[in-house]
Amino acid sequence: MTPLAQLSLDITWDATLRNVILGSMILGLTSGVLGTFAVLRRQSLIGDALAHAALPGICIMFMITGTRSSELLLLGGALSGLVGTLVLLAVTRWSFVKQETALGLVLSVFFGFGILLLTRIQHSGNSAQSGLDRFIFGQAATILPRDVAVMGIVAAVAIGVVILLFKELKVVTFDPAFAASIGMRPDLLGVVLAGLLVLAVMIGLQTVGVILMVSLLIAPAVAARQWTTSLAGMVILSGIFGMASGVAGSVISSLVDRLPTGPMIVIAASIIVIFSLLLAPQRGVLATYRVRRSRARRFRAELALTDHHGVSRT
Amino acid sequence: MTQATLTNVQTVPPLAKSVIEVRDLTVAYNESPVLWDLDLDIEPGKATAIVGPNGAGKSTLLKAILGLVPIAAGATRVYGAHLDTVRNRVAYIPQRGTVDWDFPTTALDVVTMGRYGRIGWFRRPGKADRAIAEECLAKVGMSGFAKRQISQLSGGQQQRVFLARALAQEADLYLMDEPFVGVDAVTERAIVELLHAVRDAGNTVVAVHHDLESVPAYFDNVVLLNVRLVAAGPVASVFTEENLRRTYHAPANPIGADGTTTTVRAGSEMAPVKAMLR
Amino acid sequence: MSAPTIIMITGALVGASCGLVGAFLVLRRLALMGDAISHSVLLGIVLVFAIFGTRAPLPMTIGAGAIGLLTVALVAWIQRTGLVKEDAAIGLVFPFLFALGVFMISRFPTTVHIDVDAVLFGEIAYVPLYRLELFGRDLGVQAFWTLGTMFVINLAFVGLLYKELKLSTFDAGFAAAVGMSPVLLHYLLMSAVSATTVVAFDAVGAVLVVAMLIVPAATAQLLTRNMPVFLGLSMALGASSAVIGYYLARAIDGSVAGAMATVLGLMFLTAFLLSPTQGLVALVSRRKRQRQDFLRELLVAHVAAKPDGVPVTSLHEDFGWARATTARAIREARDQQRLRLDDAGVLTAPDPA
Repeated sequence: MTPLAQLSLDITWDATLRNVILGSMILGLTSGVLGTFAVLRRQSLIGDALAHAALPGICIMFMITGTRSSELLLLGGALSGLVGTLVLLAVTRWSFVKQETALGLVLSVFFGFGILLLTRIQHSGNSAQSGLDRFIFGQAATILPRDVAVMGIVAAVAIGVVILLFKELKVVTFDPAFAASIGMRPDLLGVVLAGLLVLAVMIGLQTVGVILMVSLLIAPAVAARQWTTSLAGMVILSGIFGMASGVAGSVISSLVDRLPTGPMIVIAASIIVIFSLLLAPQRGVLATYRVRRSRARRFRAELALTDHHGVSRT
Repeated sequence: MTQATLTNVQTVPPLAKSVIEVRDLTVAYNESPVLWDLDLDIEPGKATAIVGPNGAGKSTLLKAILGLVPIAAGATRVYGAHLDTVRNRVAYIPQRGTVDWDFPTTALDVVTMGRYGRIGWFRRPGKADRAIAEECLAKVGMSGFAKRQISQLSGGQQQRVFLARALAQEADLYLMDEPFVGVDAVTERAIVELLHAVRDAGNTVVAVHHDLESVPAYFDNVVLLNVRLVAAGPVASVFTEENLRRTYHAPANPIGADGTTTTVRAGSEMAPVKAMLR
Repeated sequence: MSAPTIIMITGALVGASCGLVGAFLVLRRLALMGDAISHSVLLGIVLVFAIFGTRAPLPMTIGAGAIGLLTVALVAWIQRTGLVKEDAAIGLVFPFLFALGVFMISRFPTTVHIDVDAVLFGEIAYVPLYRLELFGRDLGVQAFWTLGTMFVINLAFVGLLYKELKLSTFDAGFAAAVGMSPVLLHYLLMSAVSATTVVAFDAVGAVLVVAMLIVPAATAQLLTRNMPVFLGLSMALGASSAVIGYYLARAIDGSVAGAMATVLGLMFLTAFLLSPTQGLVALVSRRKRQRQDFLRELLVAHVAAKPDGVPVTSLHEDFGWARATTARAIREARDQQRLRLDDAGVLTAPDPA
């Protein structure tokens, strides 16, 4: 049997693999869609801080409840992610510390604190702790049917909000001053988008992990931008690219032993980006290079022509 | 509130029944004043230029009228009412440089955004809205560029798209922030003609403007601003050498570093005045 | 020397080295470039080990440091294409290189003796075990030599190019005009950051170096505006976080690197709230005072412009202020003898004479 046929058989029969693929698809779709807005609003790295800041919340939730359920742990992660984002806003608003410094500060300190708590939990020899480090690089194999259901509901809510508020999100992202002048609420919609970003990150932590989550917010959106001229096109394409990366990465990691999921999904998404940046028609690096070269050639030809005329006239 | 504003109107006689009333307006960023105790009325059916040096608060005045910046003191009214009740009568064109022109959208789509205020929350633009948008794009001579990605438009074309978006709002009052910056001469003429057409149809146009030489040709009224109001009224009577000197050669900041009112003269930005007088 | 002492000295050397080069990252608004470099050197470390089969400090620093510079160049290249916004360019490059590094570690674990834990928080506990031997003689803890050398190099780098670094940080255009090459300086600084990150890898891991690079400098920035003091403070904060972090880690039985980052975070929080000049507490009270002054000056100027005076009753409504705000501004202005309130309740400004 060919490996591909074997794989399709596995998907039909192997519940774990089916969960993995479904979960990664949902994740890729959600982060692709929401990443579009994060990238266009130049807030993509806030997702990075948010994801890193989730780690201590996950650990604290475990220390308090001793639970292994992903929803509860991720709820803790969402809370500390929000605290991290608020700290980020407070520091940039109330001190001379620049935003990029504050970003690096929040993500590294929260992550460091999370590592401190995680190592403490590990050293305490609690038998239930075995699962917590799955949130660092992601372990798709640990996704249960229940998790997939939760992820699906969260994703449906997030994407539903984007569809419902598409027009508003578009104008607020493109021209916030104009949007405010016609009675839209850029501040309110910013909060909505931030809330949705939290949801996307929480969906991703179990599959991609806190360190690499940011890549799934940025890479599909950047790749999609190169192929389309409309926001709707970019959102849809970004969702598709996200799904493709999620499926490719999680399938590879579940077929090969000891391969964490997150890095594989990120590598898949990065390959899509590299192709898009190089090959996209009109915008792509090769296309611009070709245009520039043909323009130079035409210029040289015209130059030669006038030169020739000049010579023949004298 | 209403009563207070009305009592104050008597102390500052309006030019006519005014479209925009600004009363005792002070706006500050971080406790440093950008607009200082301003009283101003904008006359309906006229094209008014807001003129002043950099940092004079010209853009801020438009934003304050639109409720986009926090107000430290005073109030503004549009058509005698709070802005929220008359928003659909007001079109705003921000500075072209404030938006991301690499945003994935087309010229027609940007113009359609002009309809969003009328469509309301959650609903999509329909066929009628698209037809209006196409019509407005035609009015600015950009029909051929409807499907064009906005990043591929020249500065002048982008400004025309913005203008078309404002037209699509079907407003009575047009507030424009530096509509002529970075546009070619042909576009500038086209925009002026359009502004005059809009005005002649009975609408009011207010534009932040930086080119002193073209003020008399383009505008009926002028507001000379340098944090405080220097003068306002018909170009013929207000746009004088003396007033311009006071606008461009005045204490920019009414509060000194020690927090007390200062009258120190900050001699700066006389260059445009000199160029104008030459 | 006891193991705890060795660990604390190692951590302090990391903190001081990172604090020094990190200071320039923060000043030059390149904090996230430090973040990117620290992630991508992981790939460099794995590659050097996979290709040359060695973890010797010199080839490691050069090889892995080169990947750090590659990151900087790659981000710059992507930004130059104009296809991607600046922040997104960073967020494309470093996760990819980091993911490749993790992929190689998990794929070839037998050849690369680095495990994922080491990537995350280093192996500072093992530092006392690695000793430098030369010609059969034991020269002491290897980390002291590598980190000590790196610290001296960083000191020399900043010392020799202090004037240039300072100038190009605050006015790149002017620096270029007087014949300095900002690009060269930029890449020199990035080389120092990359090399420092590689050397610090064993102690704190790839991810937590970011905390050592950014947080001491960000904290010092809130405490002083004097450049030499700022640099000294940044180094001192980095170093002392190692000592305090060690005891914290021991007290709660967790990772030393994680504890160092936590301590740094607490230091920053303290400075953010309590710094005498720029702390939140000082800032809020100063802003409140400034606002009150501003409103009073506005009131005085407003009344002075009206020869007939302004009735108090209409004032708070004209301005749209709360009654308390209006009352306070009037009280202050009257206390300063700059406004008069007559019996009819009309405010007037006394004649300037």
